[in-house]
Amino acid sequence: MASKTNNIVVDLAKQLDVVDKEFQTLQILNEEGEIVNQDAVPDLTDEQLQELMRRMVYTRILDQRSISLNRQGRLGFYAPTAGQEASQIASHFALEKEDFILPGYRDVPQIIWHGLPLHQAFLWSRGHFQGIQIPEDLHILPPQIIIGAQYVQTAGVSLGIKKNGKKSVAITYTGDGGTSQGDFYEGINFAGAYQVPAIFIVQNNQFAISTPREKQTAARTLAQKAVAAGIPGIQVDGMDPLAVYAAVKEARERAINGEGPTLIETLTYRYGPHTMSGDDPTRYRTKELDSEWEKKDPLVRFRKYLENKGIWNEEMEEKVIEQAKEDIKEAIKKADAAPKQKVTDLISIMNVELPSNLKEQYEIYKEKESK
Amino acid sequence: MAQMTMIQAINDAMRQELKRDEKVLIFGEDVGKNGGVFRATENLQAEFGEDRVFDTPLAESGIGGLAIGLALEGFRPVPEIQFFGFVYEVMDSIAGQMARYRFRTGGSYKMPITFRSPFGGGVHTPEMHADSLEGLMAQTPGLRVVIPSTPYDAKGLLISAIRSDDPVIFLEHMKLYRSFRQEVPEGDYTVEIGKADIKREGKDISIISYGAMVHESLKAAEELEKEGYSAEVVDLRTVSPLDVDTIVASVEKTNRAIVVQEAQRVAGVAANVVAEINERAILSLEAPVLRVTAPDTVYPFSQAESVWIPNYKDIIETAKKVLTF
Repeated sequence: MASKTNNIVVDLAKQLDVVDKEFQTLQILNEEGEIVNQDAVPDLTDEQLQELMRRMVYTRILDQRSISLNRQGRLGFYAPTAGQEASQIASHFALEKEDFILPGYRDVPQIIWHGLPLHQAFLWSRGHFQGIQIPEDLHILPPQIIIGAQYVQTAGVSLGIKKNGKKSVAITYTGDGGTSQGDFYEGINFAGAYQVPAIFIVQNNQFAISTPREKQTAARTLAQKAVAAGIPGIQVDGMDPLAVYAAVKEARERAINGEGPTLIETLTYRYGPHTMSGDDPTRYRTKELDSEWEKKDPLVRFRKYLENKGIWNEEMEEKVIEQAKEDIKEAIKKADAAPKQKVTDLISIMNVELPSNLKEQYEIYKEKESK
Repeated sequence: MAQMTMIQAINDAMRQELKRDEKVLIFGEDVGKNGGVFRATENLQAEFGEDRVFDTPLAESGIGGLAIGLALEGFRPVPEIQFFGFVYEVMDSIAGQMARYRFRTGGSYKMPITFRSPFGGGVHTPEMHADSLEGLMAQTPGLRVVIPSTPYDAKGLLISAIRSDDPVIFLEHMKLYRSFRQEVPEGDYTVEIGKADIKREGKDISIISYGAMVHESLKAAEELEKEGYSAEVVDLRTVSPLDVDTIVASVEKTNRAIVVQEAQRVAGVAANVVAEINERAILSLEAPVLRVTAPDTVYPFSQAESVWIPNYKDIIETAKKVLTF
């Protein structure tokens, strides 16, 4: 019996090609510090460009010092940030003070630049309740530990912003692994359904601890996951501060104008381990890959760009480095002066109104602590 | 005063609070036009608009995240989880996130959120709808867990929950939604969270219970009365925190107690009540405190509910063991 050839109703493979083609990587500044996309260059003054460089240099020093402080036992949990400065600092640079940041665990620099005092960030790392007591008028959450949870909460914060009629946005960060979580999809889907002012950043640093990006999903880009939620998505060179800034700036304007949420994937790399708690990247990454990404370094290319413009030099950079080191020293001193935590402190931050069991336990511990 | 079922009382509580405080928001699956699958939110969207009462996409974790985010922006969210058996999908938002945010921010933020949800057995739902999962909630620091047994309590407790600046899990037993009516005052009134209620006075034994089991306990008390035993029925109303003062006062009066829950036996609310009695009133006891619970199986297939869920006969049997110890 002759077998019947199946008719092709829909060219399924072609569907993927169509989607894939739409997600090209936005780059403005190449590895040599040259503008490759003149039309997309963001409108930043020389002072703003210098400030962005200053923040990236400062953050790199903060990372180096944090790693050595951790090794000396003077900091606790720490997730290194070197390599991701363009994704973290340039994205934050496009925000305003009134915007609400929902960070992932590696996104401490953004909340510091938003206004969290450095000594508090150190206290958070050490595991002290004063670490993220949120200063008045600072719109941030503590770094999220449960991967993806910040995405659904961002849908809620941004819906609240919309209902309150504010001209601000909620912005959140996760990594490549985070896009595999259910909460990632629920977050962008809710945000799309309610057309809220939200910006969802995926810092695709190629590895979720040790699991490479290609094992997370068959999707060619993470940005295209936005399509299913009916929201725009864009992939940018996450080592290019100008591209990251431009993408976030545009997403923010859209959000403020009531045009809804945006998903932004930044292609980046963390030079260090996942965290300082025993991760060894040589188990899953090659030296070749490391050096390939180090050539794309955001500081190197931005420095070249600014030097060519004649608005940056070694002396300026030295000054930033000295300032960072000085600030860190001061902040550690301040963190050292924090009071020792008591169980009664912990009980009193549980609820607005303590339930009867905690009231009773408070008295028991108060008695113990007075001895 | 009007005669109301529990579902009407719950609906009325939400209406009062929507009217009183413009920051109150009600949302969940099918709560808008449809008024909820049990009609708990009936007419609320029509009365208060889609901005205040709205449907969500079908995703419980998303609903939880939405509630947390809205609370951070100054709202007073009252999300509905359509059936409490679906709570596992939103456990991170509830137990991992909402219950901890005040603590994690060193007391900076508050979470004035009330999660409402139907739960409890005996109404032949499909599987994974009716489980009594209050123990999971009661074991989570930071949450208050409220379970009313009457229309009057339901309205007053729900109003208190919505006004609370701390997160509350408000569980509504499905079997009680329309099983009887009661006089319920119009307008607003509150019933304090964390306070038990003596639903029947007695002097020989305390039957401590909550939710639908309060009614089985009352039935058992009537039967015991015929045999000459005077049973006191304590309705916990809040299973976390426990009202240990009321529990202990009752036990000190009767010197005997049993604890009745619809949930399975292991690590449950009843075990906690027994522990509190042991720690605080052991010298008042004339007999061990026994429990009446469901067995430690998975929640049963609907045709087996009648043999699985504890009933007044089980309560009488256990009460007699304690009374004749």
